[in-house]
Amino acid sequence: MQVTSNQFKKSASRKLADPKVQKALRNAKGKLVVARSRSIRELDNFEEIREAAAQIRDLGLLHMDVLLEQWEKKAVAAGTIVHWAETPQQVNELVIEIARKHDVRKIIKSKSMLGEETNLNHALEAAGLDVRETDLGEYIIQQFGETPSHIIAPAVHKSKDDIADLFAEKHGRPRLNDISALTHEAREVLRPHFLDADMGISGANFLIAETGSTMIVTNEGNGRMTTTMPRVHVAVTGIEKVVPTLEDVALLLRLLTRSATGQSISNYLSFTTGPKRSGDKDGPGEFHVIIVDAGRTQVLASEIREALRCIRCGACMNHCPVYQNIGGHAYGWVYPGPIGSILTPALVGIENALDLPNASTLCNQCGVVCPVKIPLPDLMRKLRERQVTEKLRPWAERFGLRLWAWTAARPAVYGFLTGIAARVGKWIGGAGGLLHKLPAAGSEWTSGRDFPAPRGKTFRQLYARHRKGARR
Amino acid sequence: MSARENILARIREANGGKERANDPGTILARLDARVRGPLPTMEWETQTRFRERCIAMMSTIGEAESIVEVPRAVASYLKEKNLPTSGACWPEFAALDWAGAGLAVEARPSRGDDKLGITGAFCALAENGTLMLLSGEDTYATTSLLPENHVAVVPASRIVRTMEDAWDLLRRERGSLPRQVNFVSGPSRTADIEMTLVLGAHGPFRVHVIVVGV
Repeated sequence: MQVTSNQFKKSASRKLADPKVQKALRNAKGKLVVARSRSIRELDNFEEIREAAAQIRDLGLLHMDVLLEQWEKKAVAAGTIVHWAETPQQVNELVIEIARKHDVRKIIKSKSMLGEETNLNHALEAAGLDVRETDLGEYIIQQFGETPSHIIAPAVHKSKDDIADLFAEKHGRPRLNDISALTHEAREVLRPHFLDADMGISGANFLIAETGSTMIVTNEGNGRMTTTMPRVHVAVTGIEKVVPTLEDVALLLRLLTRSATGQSISNYLSFTTGPKRSGDKDGPGEFHVIIVDAGRTQVLASEIREALRCIRCGACMNHCPVYQNIGGHAYGWVYPGPIGSILTPALVGIENALDLPNASTLCNQCGVVCPVKIPLPDLMRKLRERQVTEKLRPWAERFGLRLWAWTAARPAVYGFLTGIAARVGKWIGGAGGLLHKLPAAGSEWTSGRDFPAPRGKTFRQLYARHRKGARR
Repeated sequence: MSARENILARIREANGGKERANDPGTILARLDARVRGPLPTMEWETQTRFRERCIAMMSTIGEAESIVEVPRAVASYLKEKNLPTSGACWPEFAALDWAGAGLAVEARPSRGDDKLGITGAFCALAENGTLMLLSGEDTYATTSLLPENHVAVVPASRIVRTMEDAWDLLRRERGSLPRQVNFVSGPSRTADIEMTLVLGAHGPFRVHVIVVGV
């Protein structure tokens, strides 16, 4: 996916001014936050399970090499064909190569965020393949020619009316006005494709080292179709998805769906181990799994490696006051919200997403709800530090901070300058005591609101006077 | 070097400085030990819990005293809901008297236009009202997926408490995993348009669970 994260400010302002986006975000916020808080109360020891989940994920990161080798051994023994890809480009090349080998024309796709990372659909279409997203949200987004705005609810920014217009145009049927009818129209339109597609592409929520399985968490049934109906199935997944045992997955699942949509469990949990067995009447003849790095080993080696614990539930974005107001597209890449503010710079280059680690008040709502205890605000702060040490901040900001540091280290100069500023500020503020326009970086603050003017004396002046009074 | 070797080498390098007690023995031992993590308190009775959670997940529940009673239980469900009475079942139910109950049920894999699919289940999970279905020669994965109405036949004795218990049962009875294990909790659904829940996304609109031998 094209990275547009460096246009974050412009894009965020546009989303803030868009009444349709604002309405959709208000609707989503109410539903997801309430649903999560209700469903985690079903677990009386939620915190204990959450702690154990973080430990399992850390164990997976620490022993990733051994676990992946073990996973591969078991997968190959079950007949799975395992590929490894270092870059997004290699992922797309591998998928196209498999498609060519099997004379594939039509591909059905179940949701894959990694596929969004590599721009897989675009690559497949460019190779002359017919690829159809089948998750309802992803299908809508693909028909619009857009990108997902949320990792769990990709079309959350679209209204029922938008979708009704889209379907009427794309399906050439009478316009429907009811959400249930629209959903069932998509079912009818997609059903024939499930039955005659040559290849299915899915992601994987977890890789289980014990059994060599991949597993996906779905609600619609399109994931089951994709992994069962076509003659070839390709699963694309990141190296960090590996967990030791089936018991570990059982534990993580208690948290994943509750944190994501507030469901106690999602409708379908599908564990796939190899292709069709002898005698089986259904299932693909070949099952390929592509294990992908695409920047993850770099994250593993860095100071923000905890970000790889992420199980992609979306709770951090659902609870983020910034995301709640601007939505996912403003973040400019695959993963929005707090986890996106960390993964985007980590995976596409810190210089390509300078605003993202700063697009947070560090209020820690994300850290509180994260089911695997990723310290999201700490990681954002570490990325901010790296921006400073690598001199990636704008020239004026760096100069301003240097100037401030120089004066702050010299108390007399600092006292003299702030004394002037306090008096000038009071004079400009006048009777109202408000500044309507600040210079330099301050202008962004005053473009939307006033700044309280200084009252003529600095803290140090007031403190000195207070001390004098007390001594007397 | 291949992509595989490069990736594994980078992982090892990234983890190089970290403490890895008795590696790789510890982690391989954990794979064999299959340690269970903390479970939530479950002060419920398995049979009751299963029924309650099925309903919470929007399945419906029926009962049959024995397996020969199943066709009649299926027929009464279909009649009550005014649903089509023909479809396909898993071969294990081929010998039941479907015609006697007024149903046209064939033992064959499901087709895209079937309205009714009847399956068994490897076991069922009380915690969330879940069916555990294994793909196999005579347990087609499509029967619980393609038809609009899915009826699952579950012996009461095969209801376990949690997913952990289900994995243990599978290891004990089968030793390894089939091509696909599907945990099914209610009819397929989506909330992708304006966060409004709609049943019958791509899979069944309805799931009816018949508990046998109560």
